[in-house]
Amino acid sequence: MGFTATKDKGGVMVVQVDGQLIVGNRQELKQLVQEALDHSERKFLVDFSKAGYIDSSGLGALVSISKKVREQGGELRLSGLNEDLRSLFELTKLDTLFSISDSTKQALAAF
Amino acid sequence: MTQPIRLVVRRTSDVSLPVEVSTRIPSVLDAVHESVEILARHAFAGLTPTPECERLRNKLKTLLCESLANAIVYGHHEDPTKFVGVRIEVDTTMVRVHVTDTGDGFDPAAIRPPLDPADLDRETGRGLLMIHKLADSVSFNPQGNSICMTLRRP
Repeated sequence: MGFTATKDKGGVMVVQVDGQLIVGNRQELKQLVQEALDHSERKFLVDFSKAGYIDSSGLGALVSISKKVREQGGELRLSGLNEDLRSLFELTKLDTLFSISDSTKQALAAF
Repeated sequence: MTQPIRLVVRRTSDVSLPVEVSTRIPSVLDAVHESVEILARHAFAGLTPTPECERLRNKLKTLLCESLANAIVYGHHEDPTKFVGVRIEVDTTMVRVHVTDTGDGFDPAAIRPPLDPADLDRETGRGLLMIHKLADSVSFNPQGNSICMTLRRP
């Protein structure tokens, strides 16, 4: 379980979270996005439709990634959060920091 | 994982008695994920895999991740020679999780999560807030080095 990165026709790097985003694999996601930034990618979508759980370290990693993407003039969006995951973003007020779409399709259309 | 995890599972034919799963986990962050998966698998071994049960399992995993990471980082300063104690009890009405480290403990009331707009870019400090949201009840021992989290079963 980890992350699957693909690039869509519109040039958006779509990163799918498979299973969980937690203290044990957050560095892998940070590294994946950093390498993509180094290769001039600027549009990112992190999709959670296949994710079961996220811990606070995972949320922290998203915060860090979002900052780096913004600093490079890029854009990061999130999609596919189930009710429980979305409630964690609302609780921590991170729903105000991220652009969150219900589906990948909606998120891609918003870039 | 640096060394094998030894799990003790207590299960009886009397369904009114809780299933109890306990272990000690080395204070290494890389050990958290595997430990969480193993603990959740054994704690929920007899449960029918309904969507509600899956939701409860994910809540349990998140609570374990949070409390183990806190114990390892703040309680033991990632010293791999120190172990975090975990005990999970599952009965017909609830799941109770105890996580204990050997550190000095902390005052949970002193923790302020980064909720102000100016602080949202902070990477850490949200763990305890999430624990309180996910668990139906949370308590600490007086020293502040042992947490007990309870989830009601659907």
